[in-house]
Amino acid sequence: MLRYTLKRLVLGVLTVWFIATATFFGMHAVPGDPLSNDKSTTAQIRANLEAKYGLDKPLITQYAIYLKNISQGDFGISFTQENRQVNDIIKEHFPISAILGILAIVFAALGGILWGALTALYRNRWPDSVIMFLVILGISVPSFVVAAISQMFLVNINAFAGTTILPVGGWGTVWHMIVPAMVLGLSTMAYLTRLMRSSMLEIVNTDYIRTAQSKGLPKTRIFSRHQLRNAILPVVTVLGPAIAGITTGGFVVEIVFAIPGLGRYFVEAIQQLDYTVIMGTTVFYGAFLVFMVILVDLLYGWIDPRVRINP
Amino acid sequence: MSSKSPQKSATSANSLSRQLGLYFFIAIVLVAGLLFALNQLAGLMGTATQEAQAVDFANNSISAVLREEPPQLDSSKATDSTSGLVLGHIMEGLLRMDLQDRLSPAIAERWEVSPTHATFWLRKDAKWSDGKPITAADFIFAWQLALKPETGSEYASLLYPIENAEAINRGELPASALGVNAPDPHTLVVALSRPIAFFDKMVVFPTFLPVREDFYNATQGRFGADAKDLLYSGPYVIKSWVHGASMLLERNPHYWDNNRGKLAQINFAYITSDATATLNFFKDERIALARLQAENLTEALRLKWPIRRFADGTVFYLEFNHREGRLSRNLNFRKAIQHVLDMEELVYKVTKLPGYLPGKSLFPDWLIGVEKTLREEYPASTVNVNSTKAKAYLALAQEELGLAEFPEITLLTSDNPVSNIQSEWLQEVLKQTLGLTIKIDKQIFKQRLAKMGAGEFGLLLGGWGPDYNDPLTYGDLFASWNLNNRGRYSSAKMDALINTAQNATATPDRMQAFGAIQQQIFDDVVILPMYERGVTYVVHPQLKGVKRRVIGAETDYTYAYIDPDA
Repeated sequence: MLRYTLKRLVLGVLTVWFIATATFFGMHAVPGDPLSNDKSTTAQIRANLEAKYGLDKPLITQYAIYLKNISQGDFGISFTQENRQVNDIIKEHFPISAILGILAIVFAALGGILWGALTALYRNRWPDSVIMFLVILGISVPSFVVAAISQMFLVNINAFAGTTILPVGGWGTVWHMIVPAMVLGLSTMAYLTRLMRSSMLEIVNTDYIRTAQSKGLPKTRIFSRHQLRNAILPVVTVLGPAIAGITTGGFVVEIVFAIPGLGRYFVEAIQQLDYTVIMGTTVFYGAFLVFMVILVDLLYGWIDPRVRINP
Repeated sequence: MSSKSPQKSATSANSLSRQLGLYFFIAIVLVAGLLFALNQLAGLMGTATQEAQAVDFANNSISAVLREEPPQLDSSKATDSTSGLVLGHIMEGLLRMDLQDRLSPAIAERWEVSPTHATFWLRKDAKWSDGKPITAADFIFAWQLALKPETGSEYASLLYPIENAEAINRGELPASALGVNAPDPHTLVVALSRPIAFFDKMVVFPTFLPVREDFYNATQGRFGADAKDLLYSGPYVIKSWVHGASMLLERNPHYWDNNRGKLAQINFAYITSDATATLNFFKDERIALARLQAENLTEALRLKWPIRRFADGTVFYLEFNHREGRLSRNLNFRKAIQHVLDMEELVYKVTKLPGYLPGKSLFPDWLIGVEKTLREEYPASTVNVNSTKAKAYLALAQEELGLAEFPEITLLTSDNPVSNIQSEWLQEVLKQTLGLTIKIDKQIFKQRLAKMGAGEFGLLLGGWGPDYNDPLTYGDLFASWNLNNRGRYSSAKMDALINTAQNATATPDRMQAFGAIQQQIFDDVVILPMYERGVTYVVHPQLKGVKRRVIGAETDYTYAYIDPDA
């Protein structure tokens, strides 16, 4: 187990290195550069800026300097917010994305599992049809539409009530989080519902359920101990990448609800070709994703004895 | 399963759904517990948004939205409009523009500009937010800072009219060689490297704002990065700044002018670029002013809100590529296009955005000439749309270029709704009237800039906003040496006119030169002015005295106040 974990960690570090390298060269291959702006500067001023950021050096030298810095955990300073360290940007804004993401993933996971179980239970009857219809909506309607509609809905509720039921945007208390988290988690919840439903239905026809039934176990016990617990496995598998996806994919929700999360910086940095922020956020998120996948794989062995790793 | 009677399976489904109901209940308890924990966690991080209320008469406070996190509040390096907006509230320089957009005294109570020198006499009661007096040395330090090559200030070139400034920026002279000195702490004498009639108008720009040396050094390279890393000379100070979330301004107790800073607090409660979200905050009475974009204008009209307009001073034009070997280098080709494009049709019938003016000249409407506006003194020439004439020009061009038929022409544009409508209109009109095929090349920001710089376009939707309040901020655009001349237009006549506009000291001579530049742009069809941009917005009825500016803080709340009876 320990050896396996170590092996996975080493592979993880290699993956992150590969991500960093690919991003570095990919980013430099994109036409345009972080110093260009609507208004051209004189050649002298441009030279001063290039010297300041070390962009006047050959690319391979920049890459070497860069690798050395990230191995020490230093991502440099932002090009667009010149006085801020990329480390500070990540440190200040990632926790916000993470809190929102945790809540969204909890909504998604609990909702997905419960709705999925419910649909399987009421297969081909009206609760199943209604929920599956909503699931299709949840998967296919993009988050910027859901975000805008739910925000408009909040405005109308507040106007109707004559007082603030829930804030329309901003950050700080739990009331600011509920609706954005639901919007953020919606498509994952819909996806998990489908996954849960099909894995529940698959399990109904397995031998061990039949055995349990023939042993005369009560229905509720079969349901909770055998069906639900086994059906959750595929859900756990996708949960790891989903957590990373939700915490990074919050861009639209963060913009609409004016939430100071990291997702905004991640996307805006690419538009602005802010090299240091692109690198910082990509490597950080890459490492985060790799870590989540490893964690899920290890958890998997703990939940399901069938896939326990042999040393 | 199939052998079971329907009755029995229904009861078992019932007991199972009861079980599921229990799980639901557990889930709800779990979520509630989690919400509580997250609430505590978010509270600990101190990132909470200030409670926003559009207009709060009791506390004499208003709330507003910022389009983006201000990228740069170090005045020596700031270039963008959001930073300009914040700096316009928290900083004050030698001079400022008043409510009537006239140059007026600020920290300098009087000033004088001669062909060789500019002298500013500073008021003695002007203080920094820590109570220490603002002196001439603070300006000298700020200007030297902006010019040092290692600072990498993009707008350092605005300081080049000062003696030795350019050499300092090249690293050839030490910063101390800058031609400014202070005979006493309240007098600032600037030696000019060339006669520059409008130097006093330039000092309004953020690059010229004061920075105090001891404070700057104490911030250890973090000047402007946080509320505590700034020293304020303006009517407001930043009370709290939560990056990406909010910024709270409070009246500066040491500010000298009681006529400004009437509001006790300005709460920039949200930072978002989303137009719909902004409008939702306005509807929810969270913010007092909301800018309307094309996509939510119709809703504002439907709600019958009083919509205000303002021309933000930016002109947009169709640029031709004048480089060797390009079709548009041919004058008759350009004239043909000039004779088919009706900018009134574009503005009033195609884009239909309120506040926009059809383009007639590179020089927008608001620029002041000798006494009246420049455009009143030197009216722009226009052509009437005439497709017969246009076809004749095009035939001439075809003959001169020796072409059997015209190849496809690339139109480089940015990717946003307004540009899309315009480029499709251009494509359609040029196809219908002249039979030219236009290929639209939509590019996102940085990629478009790269193609503009490299000259990879036939036609280009370009635009220009002013840096300082003098026609020269537009007038030198098509000088052969100007890198913002993206089409690389080059003419000895134009260069000579621009030289006159830059170096003459008498205002009538300079305005005459601008008039001639305008005429040359028309005669030689250097560009085709398309429109002057307008901004539409809605304001809370109780908020009065908000000033919209072409230069400096685009939205200026420093004279604003709340009228509870409105």
